[in-house]
Amino acid sequence: MKKLKFLLPLGIFLALAAFLLIGLGLNPREVPSPLIGKPAPAFDLPRLDDPAQRVRREDLLGKVWMLNVWASWCAACRDEHPLLVEMAARKIVPIYGLDYKDTRAAGQQTLARFGDPYVASLFDADGRVGIDWGVYGVPETFIIDRQGVIRMKHIGPLTPDVIRDKIEPLVRQLNG
Amino acid sequence: MARWIVILTLALLAGWTQAKEAAPAAEDPVLEARMLRIATELRCLVCQNQTIADSHAELAVDLRNQVKEMLKRGDSDQMIIDYMTARYGDFVLYRPPLKGTTLVLWFGPGLLLIGGLFTLFLVLRRRSRLSPDQFEADPDEEPPAAPSETTRSTLTASRHD
Repeated sequence: MKKLKFLLPLGIFLALAAFLLIGLGLNPREVPSPLIGKPAPAFDLPRLDDPAQRVRREDLLGKVWMLNVWASWCAACRDEHPLLVEMAARKIVPIYGLDYKDTRAAGQQTLARFGDPYVASLFDADGRVGIDWGVYGVPETFIIDRQGVIRMKHIGPLTPDVIRDKIEPLVRQLNG
Repeated sequence: MARWIVILTLALLAGWTQAKEAAPAAEDPVLEARMLRIATELRCLVCQNQTIADSHAELAVDLRNQVKEMLKRGDSDQMIIDYMTARYGDFVLYRPPLKGTTLVLWFGPGLLLIGGLFTLFLVLRRRSRLSPDQFEADPDEEPPAAPSETTRSTLTASRHD
């Protein structure tokens, strides 16, 4: 036993290396949301395309839906936009947009130019609803179930992998 | 030459006297101070190693305003902290709460320190018990005298382990 004592520093080194290796694979930007498994925060916002119409949290109860936080000033949103348009075309899940800290004109222009995948885009000019939803890095995407509970949150632009491996199975399960 | 110096000095003084103090940031300095104290406890999620008091990110500005608004409404500090953790999780707290998942975070450094001190103690104790001839000779020093009979016996004894 004592003969093996010289291996101790090597063991400590390997343990440290393992921790660092795991650390490399983690993304510090992805802060786990405390809202997962909790009821979606209430909101009552005008639509981007029509200030007279409002959308409330209660209006969306009873169906599985997706909230996608976006803005015209957000470059990463532009990257994921074609994927949202494709998702909408395939009718995977109704997508609602939250146009976060934007101007009405710029938001509408973006949708006119790149296509509008949203059933409705909610217009959150001052970002107050964004704070309630714990938004800190646009784009962010939430999946909400029939009872109005947040089941998933994705931070950053969606990728085909995330849609295929996480969102689609979850929506199927929630609808099933 | 001297005239120029006088003129320059006067010009500089003029600029200095005209400079006003920065306008107070808030109408209510007490509230502002309270807001800042809470804001220094909260991490900005956009620029993760800054507090929302330090950060110029838009979200930090919004959150500072949110804190201010809640203070005006008469909310307690704890209510504001709870409000933030409900939305952004424990990660926003620069002082994470003590619970199962944070035990290593809280006590790990202390345990490492104790472990290190203990190891140091063991090593030093073992060394203090070694006879001088078991150390490599210091080249500057005179070679030690030939080991006595007693140290030679400890030497052979320690070789057995």
